[in-house]
Amino acid sequence: MFDWIHTHLLDFLPPLGLVIWLVLCILAIAVPVILAVALYVWWERKVLGWMHVRMGPNSVGPAGLLQTFADVFKLLLKEVLVPQKSSRLLFVLAPLIALVPAFAAWAVIPFDEKLVLADINAGLLYLLAMTSMGVYGIILAGWASNSKYAFLGAMRSAAQVVSYEIAMGMALVGVLICAGSLNLSDIVRAQEGHYGLLNWFWLPLLPLFVIYFVSGVAETNRAPFDVAEGESEIVAGFHVEYSGAPFAIFFLTEYANMILISFLAATLFMGGWLSPIQNLINPDLGEWGNFFLAWIWKGGWQWLFAKAFAFAFLYLWFRAAFPRYRYDQIMRLGWKVFIPIAIVWIMVAGCLVYFGIVGPAGAAA
Amino acid sequence: MNLPWNLILFYLFAGVLVLAALGVISVRNSVHAALLLVLTFFTSAALWLLMQAEFLALALVLVYVGAVMVLFLFVVMMLDINTEQLREGYIRYLPVGILVAAVMLAEMLLLIGVKAMAIPAPLDPGGTSNTAWLGNALFSQFLLPFETAAVILTVAVIAAIMLTLRKRSNTRYQNPSAQVAVRARDRIRIVKMESSKMENSTVKEAPTP
Repeated sequence: MFDWIHTHLLDFLPPLGLVIWLVLCILAIAVPVILAVALYVWWERKVLGWMHVRMGPNSVGPAGLLQTFADVFKLLLKEVLVPQKSSRLLFVLAPLIALVPAFAAWAVIPFDEKLVLADINAGLLYLLAMTSMGVYGIILAGWASNSKYAFLGAMRSAAQVVSYEIAMGMALVGVLICAGSLNLSDIVRAQEGHYGLLNWFWLPLLPLFVIYFVSGVAETNRAPFDVAEGESEIVAGFHVEYSGAPFAIFFLTEYANMILISFLAATLFMGGWLSPIQNLINPDLGEWGNFFLAWIWKGGWQWLFAKAFAFAFLYLWFRAAFPRYRYDQIMRLGWKVFIPIAIVWIMVAGCLVYFGIVGPAGAAA
Repeated sequence: MNLPWNLILFYLFAGVLVLAALGVISVRNSVHAALLLVLTFFTSAALWLLMQAEFLALALVLVYVGAVMVLFLFVVMMLDINTEQLREGYIRYLPVGILVAAVMLAEMLLLIGVKAMAIPAPLDPGGTSNTAWLGNALFSQFLLPFETAAVILTVAVIAAIMLTLRKRSNTRYQNPSAQVAVRARDRIRIVKMESSKMENSTVKEAPTP
């Protein structure tokens, strides 16, 4: 059916049809992301509640499921306050600048074999470029608010994000070396092998995997690295002056970024859409005739979503379990611990590929 | 509808690029100027994408927009620049500025050649993936210049750090290995004390702590 729509749209006014098709594709990704954010916020509050031995949201809708939607409508209907001495244009623009890269990055995520919006060769580079731009929204929000707390939050965030981007980029270099490609679909295919989940990059690149995910938590300014918001010190950090809809956009951006990092960690280190038991155990599913079991057995988007959900849960677990880092300790962890380890492990990855233990040559062995 | 979309997009981005670049040197607010510079970088990246130089375009966004300009903004936001003071010598230095600009323009025109001002066809040395092509070229054919450039940059980084590093007597450092090595007995001394007894107390012996 999708092919039918695609070809007919392309026949009808070639440039316009293509634009309409692309907009439909973008909506097909963006709308589920927004819905996932709403459910993720509900899930976070539930998990935090359970970890604190309380209920969490339980009144609006079944099991409190509609709580987030109620919150969203409340925020959208509220008055938008703009501080009198703020830089008005940038104050309004900042949430949008934060939002755009958070959604643009989804274009290159392969959800399944061939199921990707833009299957570009420099996919990983594009992702790095997009995630590195997210910090502008935070910095501008802090500066344009003309408030001391907001400015402190912006300064902290700028330094933190730039520092952790280096560690993150270096962790990705290891993946590049092992996969031999910048294309995300190719990276997933490079993790395919005879040993199922043992072929994935998390095993040979374990330190880089840990560095990547922890840096991802720091990049998204989440606990325990949430000094940009730091409720106990600077009230709400960079978005202290925001209310109503702009605040909702910041909220949406943060959670969309968290889900993005979860998907990326699953794609780059955990074999993306591959099934963990692929080629490891091969029962004759045709005889069993069980459609559902075959669906689970085979790789597919369901596996990517399950892995991403596990990482997204890890975010919440971190938040409930760890106290906030002090600012100088964050910097120390990024510069003096992660970057040296990453540099050493890039060399290890090079050796692993050179001796054919991992990578395209090693997958066959 | 067979419009030259590439050409239209080129002029669109080029127009934005020129306007943004003019804005960088003309707006009063230094933060706005820095943001316009970000826009300039971004549109030039878009132009490079049009020429199918995807690696250059993405590297420009990643390095300049994502890192350099963030630090730039970081510094500019903390400065309290008095623009009036900066504008005082504007007319006085104008002739010198025009001279420098004219010389630079002449040099650039000589270097590029007026003929090259026409929009060239996209160069396509590496087929569809010029990132892989560029990587191969850099790490085989041009390995020595590449590594030399890397060493020079590293030296520059270390030199810059050494120049700005000040040893201050009141800076407090954290020594994580010492913190991890600490045992309870280093910090707490448990002292055994006799409990104070009431005179008619029925308690025979004080419980030892």
